[in-house]
Amino acid sequence: MTIIKTASRPGLVARLTKNWFYLSLVGIAVVSLVRIVTDTNDLDSTGTIRAAIIATCPILMAALGGLWAERAGVVNIGLEGQMILGTWGAAFFAYHGGPWAGVLGAALLGLIGGLLHAVATVTFGVDHIVSGVAINLIGAGAATYLAEAIFPDYEGGGPRQLVGLDPPTNITIPGISDAASNVADHHWFFVSDVASVVEALTTNISSLSLVVFALVVVSAWVLWRTSFGLRLRSCGENPQAAETLGVNVYLYKYIAVLVSGALAGIGGGFLALVSSSGYSASQTGGRGYIGLAAMIFGNWRPGGLLAGALTFGYTDSLRLRDTDAVHALLLLVALALLLIAALRLVRKQINGAIVMGVVGAAVLAWFLLTDSVPREFTVMTPYVTTLFVLALGAQRLRMPAADGQQYRKGSAG
Amino acid sequence: MTGVRLRRFGMALLAPAIAIVVSVLVTTIVIAAVGSSPGDFWSAMFSDPSPRLRVNIINQTAMIYTAAVAAAIGFRMGLFNIGIEGQYLMASFAAASFAGAAYIGGFANVAVSIIIAMAVGAAWAGIAGILRTTRGVSEVISTIMLNAIAITLVGYLVDRHGVHEGNSVHTTKIAKSSMVTGFTPYEARDGQIWALSIIAVIVGVGFWILLNKTRFGFDLRASGQSQTAARASGVNPARMIVISMMLSGGVAGLVWLPALFGAAGSYGTSYQSQLGFLGIAVALLGRNRPLGMLFGAVLFAFLSAQSNTLTFGTDVSPSIVQITQGVAVLAVVVAYEVVRRWRTRLERRVVASELGTATEAKA
Repeated sequence: MTIIKTASRPGLVARLTKNWFYLSLVGIAVVSLVRIVTDTNDLDSTGTIRAAIIATCPILMAALGGLWAERAGVVNIGLEGQMILGTWGAAFFAYHGGPWAGVLGAALLGLIGGLLHAVATVTFGVDHIVSGVAINLIGAGAATYLAEAIFPDYEGGGPRQLVGLDPPTNITIPGISDAASNVADHHWFFVSDVASVVEALTTNISSLSLVVFALVVVSAWVLWRTSFGLRLRSCGENPQAAETLGVNVYLYKYIAVLVSGALAGIGGGFLALVSSSGYSASQTGGRGYIGLAAMIFGNWRPGGLLAGALTFGYTDSLRLRDTDAVHALLLLVALALLLIAALRLVRKQINGAIVMGVVGAAVLAWFLLTDSVPREFTVMTPYVTTLFVLALGAQRLRMPAADGQQYRKGSAG
Repeated sequence: MTGVRLRRFGMALLAPAIAIVVSVLVTTIVIAAVGSSPGDFWSAMFSDPSPRLRVNIINQTAMIYTAAVAAAIGFRMGLFNIGIEGQYLMASFAAASFAGAAYIGGFANVAVSIIIAMAVGAAWAGIAGILRTTRGVSEVISTIMLNAIAITLVGYLVDRHGVHEGNSVHTTKIAKSSMVTGFTPYEARDGQIWALSIIAVIVGVGFWILLNKTRFGFDLRASGQSQTAARASGVNPARMIVISMMLSGGVAGLVWLPALFGAAGSYGTSYQSQLGFLGIAVALLGRNRPLGMLFGAVLFAFLSAQSNTLTFGTDVSPSIVQITQGVAVLAVVVAYEVVRRWRTRLERRVVASELGTATEAKA
């Protein structure tokens, strides 16, 4: 009997960390605890979460675009350029045809960027990174030039901006919204945290945000639950084997990169239509790269990149808000790191546990010894996190086996 | 024999020629598409540059060329250093802070600042090199992250420790005695060719010697072409990756120094970003060859400088040049690939026909 009991303990830990549902419950509990201990309700107030959702969506779209391309074996560094094209496309088409025309226009412009990338990498076998860098140059140049050439003639436009566009409609679900708002205002442990998430999701949420989240689910379903998705992923794992099975590898790679560009374009469109009220020059601010980072952080999986994009979006939104919240975030990070360290200790990964423990203790000391955190440091968070994740977890990350490799038709022999 | 060599030479020039034609075509189409006049644009672009612009072109060429060499060192090793942008940002800030603090005076201050810039650039690139060799992290991803970190880190440091003036902020001005201005080829109002532009010449010649005349250069090229072959001949790949990454970063650290000591005098609003990406583009355009990159750097500097005249004569905005530059890079890599495939097919046909005649002769 005693043997069974001791064996069930690591089983519990394993079960708790394997399941996303339990993991998010634990996450909410920790956040709630930190909120109460540090007395910063802004840490996960409805306002913060709403801002976080708005900051997450563009990153999420870029990450999803990266997922499509890389699952078919094409590295798409050009996400940033395709996003920039998307911001311009959204503004141009929204001005003429309303917000949803803007979204389609953003997708179209991103798709053009994707087409360029596909022609260069798939048809001509150019190095994927080289092509991506060139597309970023072209995307930035094209958007700037087209804006300077066209927007000054428009109402609310100038060489570097086009403001006053109608955003897609916001949606409120009446009953749930009020109830959640009520509960959230009580600042109870756990319950209020869940309530403020619910309130943010049901009150005045942009319909485009809902489309973005739906696209993640649809992508996950298409890529992992349909034979089309299986064939597409086989092009990223082993194109030669796919070819011998009769898969038209070029076609699948083209589709994947075009979808990738379109999704990144929608991400740019989100920036122009929802995050702000119009196009402005250099609006993307490297979010295409953050999206790429979120995808790697998420181990080339939809659930993972969603978590990555939410993390980065949350930190991105915090810098615009209360500095106390940022300081409280330090405690959160410290606790998370110490938790991971404990987890590694349970799994007997001593080295990892020590590294995580030391970093966690350092962050904890930083929290205890200071009163505020410079805003710049929150801006840096996504990048530093990605470097850490890559450096500590590179062995456990698994990208598609033929990712970034050149493939020519007939090479299966 | 000369026929073969001539043909090879012609083929080497074919790809850049195609690329230039394509980028000119695309630019013309884009200009026409928004309803401006391509004719006005090209006549403005190819008008004789004014003295002021000529000086500007030379200065820009020097900085772009240095960045291109930094990129090329990585490329020849098979590494993609996208982090030049961040490396020269960190280095420029460090050099400007050190020189501005005036711990030592006169030219010694400049010399030490140059060394500091190289060291900081090398260290920042070295992080990516070490992550690659010890943890297997792709240098592409890590340098992108390091670029973003550098931008925010420098932003924070200059905001915290810099001199605030109105809305702008910059590091302490470098004393007059530690500035290296240069010489004035035309009148004073046309500006100066910065003396430290000589860095580009040194770096270019040094790059050529390193590649072609040293054992390290041979190892570098060997590792770039075949990791396994290099390893078999006794090259330590991990060491090569870290060293060449740091070398690339060290050269990147020099990029903005001519402007810093020639005119700007501090790190602030006059800082010129994007040179790193232009350098990568030029390295691709020039096939990582010292002379090819010189051609590319002159072309890019010429385009950027000439585009400033557009605002007077035409309704085409200067940012059109960014499209031209980007298309040129994409077109040149595609053209190289097409020419390579075409040449392989041609060679195959030549060999096949020679074999055919040989067997016929035997029979």
